[in-house]
Amino acid sequence: MEAAFVIEKFILITVIFTVSLLVAMYSTYAERKVASFLQDRVGPNRAGPFGILQPLADGIKMFTKEEIIPTHANKFLFIAGPSLAILTACIGTAVIPWGSNIEIAGRTIPLQVADVNVGVLYIFGVVSLGVYGIMIGGWASNNKYSLMGAIRAASQNISYEIAMGLSIIALLMSTGSLSLKVIAEQQSGFWAHGWFTWNAFQQPLGFLIFLICAFAETNRSPFDLPECETELVGGYHTEYSSMKLGFYLFAEYINMFVSSAVMATLYFGAYNFPFMHHLGLSANMISILGVVFMMLKIFFFIFFFMWVRWTIPRFRYDQLMNLGWKVLIPLSIANIVLTGIWITVKDIYFK
Amino acid sequence: MNISLFYFVAFLSIFFSLLVIFSKNPVHSVLYLIVTFFTFTVHYILLNAQFLAIVNFIVYMGAIMVLFLFVLMLLNLNKESEPAKSPLLKIAGVVAGMCLLVTVAGSVKTLHTSNPIVLQSPTLGLVKNLGKVLFSDFLLPFEVSSILLLSAMVGAVLLAKREPNDA
Amino acid sequence: MESLSNRKKVIEQKPLTLMERLYLPAIVKGMAITFMHMFKKKPTVFYPEQQREFSENWRGMHSLKRDEEGRERCTACGLCALSCPAEAITMIAGERQKGEENLYREEKYAAVYEINMLRCIFCGLCEEACPKEAIYLDGPIVPSDYLRKDFIYGKEKLVEEPFKK
Repeated sequence: MEAAFVIEKFILITVIFTVSLLVAMYSTYAERKVASFLQDRVGPNRAGPFGILQPLADGIKMFTKEEIIPTHANKFLFIAGPSLAILTACIGTAVIPWGSNIEIAGRTIPLQVADVNVGVLYIFGVVSLGVYGIMIGGWASNNKYSLMGAIRAASQNISYEIAMGLSIIALLMSTGSLSLKVIAEQQSGFWAHGWFTWNAFQQPLGFLIFLICAFAETNRSPFDLPECETELVGGYHTEYSSMKLGFYLFAEYINMFVSSAVMATLYFGAYNFPFMHHLGLSANMISILGVVFMMLKIFFFIFFFMWVRWTIPRFRYDQLMNLGWKVLIPLSIANIVLTGIWITVKDIYFK
Repeated sequence: MNISLFYFVAFLSIFFSLLVIFSKNPVHSVLYLIVTFFTFTVHYILLNAQFLAIVNFIVYMGAIMVLFLFVLMLLNLNKESEPAKSPLLKIAGVVAGMCLLVTVAGSVKTLHTSNPIVLQSPTLGLVKNLGKVLFSDFLLPFEVSSILLLSAMVGAVLLAKREPNDA
Repeated sequence: MESLSNRKKVIEQKPLTLMERLYLPAIVKGMAITFMHMFKKKPTVFYPEQQREFSENWRGMHSLKRDEEGRERCTACGLCALSCPAEAITMIAGERQKGEENLYREEKYAAVYEINMLRCIFCGLCEEACPKEAIYLDGPIVPSDYLRKDFIYGKEKLVEEPFKK
């Protein structure tokens, strides 16, 4: 390992980490703004112009609040819960290709921390690990509402992971690779061979299933049953206060950011944008524009998450399970079969 | 560096698996088991078996252990509710444990111990090669195991389904 | 039985059609509605900077009035306290001394006049009971505070500012 490599990766990791925290921070502000705009209100507008310092004020508030650990709580696990939640949320960013390569002084620098050849599975693993933070925290609180929230989170995550995995399998059948970088490069441009290159147009049903499962996996409304206020007080974070509560809330927003990035990479052409090869730009310029477009796609998905949250009411618990097991899983299996048939037909008749 | 890393991870996995047995609280036990599985994942990565590593990560750590934890949290096992073990049960346990030990020792002795560090074919664990091997050389066992899983699934559905007349 | 008023509506409950059971069209419709709301005019009034006009018969904080020469009108008759259904008003009467004619209009005046704003229900009966037209509920909203004792308003808060000469 040469020094330049280490420095380059170090800078990349720092930038990505900062950006994801920043995006998560401003997602809290965006959430409040979007909510208020959808409800004909103005939203936070006191801290700084248009209230843009609101996340800072919220952060200071969270940090300076009193920390309460319940007497009969398991202290180690009580602290480990939110830490795990935010850790699993952050490590997902490692395999996402934020842009294609940039050439500086003869060195080709890929804008991706690690091009793991099982990147999709890595993301999947991190997502499935995410539930531990909630489960451990909910159990360690020694409170029945927290425990109920934790159990709901666990069963919900397991149920929707299956449909999510099956919808990804259909995608992988057409891409033929598990590496996110390769999948991103396959979607280069916007139009090729008489059809859109982006996977959302090749796997519309798979994308829909993945989208719904992403909502369920990030515990976002309409699937926010683990923290459903009307039934469970605060759900798994009922007993949490101060920055530990902040960590849980923050982890939710980082999860949203990461899952938006994954959706953009897998289905919406990652850092590719229309006419990228026809404008006569240099390779570096295309890369930089690609990062901008990637961010735009991510922001669109984050907005979409919020838009759905303030439109659709929460599911009932049995409806959630019915949707997961009786609708999404059969649909995604049908999607796999359809994809298989399509690939075979294409191989035989359109070659 | 690789060897010392291997021994370190191996030590950790044995350490945590001992903690699984010795911890009093069943939930702690499961949490230690999760850490043990994580060290196994690291072992797989050291063996350059990325697919196996990630599948171990997803299936064992991500799904099966969540279910374990789920069940244990629902059961709410306490010291008071733990049934007293009869001496007969203890003796049976010891005998069974001894049998297992003898079997393991015997099988280790008949097999030649392989060098843990040097891989026979270092690229075997990659997804592409693993898939090729699985779907050519080991096609029959693969299909048989899938039928096994299918039958388990059908059995689970049958068990979960209520009788039509007692609903 | 036949409904007499003929206003009874029988609601038909049809099973959902396939389109309705898909939910997606309904969700898209709902999301379009919420999206349109983003561009609607916001009815928000930015309170401290922008204040909405009070209605004509608004009853806010009390003020004790002065006459045209700047003398306090209140004569401490106690009718306001008597009429108050919430028992919010107390007062102690004092006799006007020589040389105070420019301060108080009558020979008797309220040395202490207190209204407990936590008890007051802003009904305006004191205003109607007052024979001297000394009390009016024409002030702004009573501001919030931290302590109960700070809600007992004395003369220093209630009596209107003297006229500028």
